[in-house]
Amino acid sequence: MALVPVRAEGLGKTFGRGETAVQALSDVHLVVAAGEVVGLRGPSGSGKSTLLNLIACIQEPTAGRLLLDDEVVWDGRYRITDLRRLRRERIGFIFQFHNLLPFLNAVDNVALAMTLAGTAPADARLRARELLDELQVGRRALAMPSRLSGGEAQRVAIARALANRPRIILADEPTAALDSERARVVLDLLRQVAQVQQAAVLVVTHDEKIFDRFDRLVALRDGRIE
Amino acid sequence: MNLALADIRHKLGRFLLTCLGLGLLMGVALSMVGIYQGVVTEALALSRSLAADLWVVESGTRGPFAESSRLPGDVREMVARLPGVAAAGSITLRTAEAHAPQGIIRVQVMGYEPGRPGGPLAIDEGRGLGGARRELVADSRARLPPGATILLGGDRYRVVGTTRGLVSSGGDPLVFVHLHDSQDLQFKLAPPTARRALAAGGGAGSTDTVNAVIARLHPGADPALVAETVRRWKHLAALTDAEQSDLLTRSVINRARVQLGMFTVVLLFVSAVIIALIIYTMTMDKLREIATLKLIGAPDRMIIGLVLQQALLLGGVGYIAAVGWVFAVRDVFPRTVALGVAEVAVMAGVIGVICLLASLLSIRAALRIEPQAALGG
Repeated sequence: MALVPVRAEGLGKTFGRGETAVQALSDVHLVVAAGEVVGLRGPSGSGKSTLLNLIACIQEPTAGRLLLDDEVVWDGRYRITDLRRLRRERIGFIFQFHNLLPFLNAVDNVALAMTLAGTAPADARLRARELLDELQVGRRALAMPSRLSGGEAQRVAIARALANRPRIILADEPTAALDSERARVVLDLLRQVAQVQQAAVLVVTHDEKIFDRFDRLVALRDGRIE
Repeated sequence: MNLALADIRHKLGRFLLTCLGLGLLMGVALSMVGIYQGVVTEALALSRSLAADLWVVESGTRGPFAESSRLPGDVREMVARLPGVAAAGSITLRTAEAHAPQGIIRVQVMGYEPGRPGGPLAIDEGRGLGGARRELVADSRARLPPGATILLGGDRYRVVGTTRGLVSSGGDPLVFVHLHDSQDLQFKLAPPTARRALAAGGGAGSTDTVNAVIARLHPGADPALVAETVRRWKHLAALTDAEQSDLLTRSVINRARVQLGMFTVVLLFVSAVIIALIIYTMTMDKLREIATLKLIGAPDRMIIGLVLQQALLLGGVGYIAAVGWVFAVRDVFPRTVALGVAEVAVMAGVIGVICLLASLLSIRAALRIEPQAALGG
């Protein structure tokens, strides 16, 4: 039976304590299967980014259970000590504003993610080139991020997210800075990756133009799934 | 790939400008170290150049540098006859203003008897004093070439030679003249009432007075023992060369030394604060990049390496610039900027430590950046 990349069971997050406590997420149940592209929508302050942070293990839940690839990651405390290793080996991130390191060219931005995971620099560069070619930005491999168009930069960012063949891809408003045509292309790319790599893709978005590109849309309101 | 170098390459112009600014600041601190060393070197230059083993001065004084000392001219013969003394020479010392071709200059006039201890050990250009009167050997700092003439105490002196690096503890260049000329000068530059009294045969007495007698000892002679013998004459005191050097550095230039030392410490402290602020700003400029690195799994040592390497490179390049400009302009300074390999190396170490300490604040800030700072707009 295939492992389930993301499983949240009654996940909750409360910021602060006592009278000033704010319930950001409450009793969230979410499963993202391998090869599935799920959209996460909701108004500002509904808890989308918090849920993404919890799944990415960059914020600690306060209730429930989180399993990645059926392995319990959090159930009242973290079961995995090296969370950065978990992130670099299993999770790929795509950001709203691509977040490429401005001092590295496109190929080095992608290769860095691999060298962090232990790949030799030469091999990392080779694979980074291949990835950029696959994403049709190979000819811009040596360009600095400031020289890339929005669409090109986002493709490089996707290449970086895919560099270590992650089981989970978390994307925070990846199409916010793109026009609708490019936004659809990005989503199609993510879908392709999800299917080829059998990865779970969870995308936070407000962008109604791409709602039809998801396998499933999950709506959040006031920290709860509708 | 080295992230620190890549980031510097990306903003090379800004980095170099920062280094240049920092280099100017470090250069000021380095100059202060050089001036501090220069004050000590200058203070000891004359004493070392005379190669005296013993200084005989007036009883109850620590002359001739720390206090005024007057001895009768015949003390030299007395000292020369002491067991263990190889040679003795009388010297006079006084500060005077001279009319030189380039204008009025302030000099320290030293009178001695050619052929006896008291003259410069080495002549840089021209020759030493001969038998003729009104000749003068000047230090190169006075900018008087051989053949030039100056007016000193109303008399015209001709420069016959130059020395190098011989200045008083106040930084005035030394000029050497014949002992008799200097005694004349003492009289001519004395207050008018004293001159009148002396001319009338009363007052201060003979003009055959000197400020000190310096002695060179036979090899194996104990300076302390000879000094003890001199002190038996109640009107004389004696200092060994080591005591004289100690007196010069601890007493004569002590206040200037401490002042410069404290100013250097303040400058280094200011440099440390500025370096810390620059490194902190450089780190905060990369807040989002550091958060992204953390998010994609970069270990803390990579973040620490990024900040630390940039701090050390900033300090290193800035310091190279500082050494470059200080060495290029140090001869323009009116006083000696004595910088050798030791001073430059020690200062490099101090700058390195400052950069390390200054980067701690930035490293702390970088490690506290949360990965989620990379998310969102």
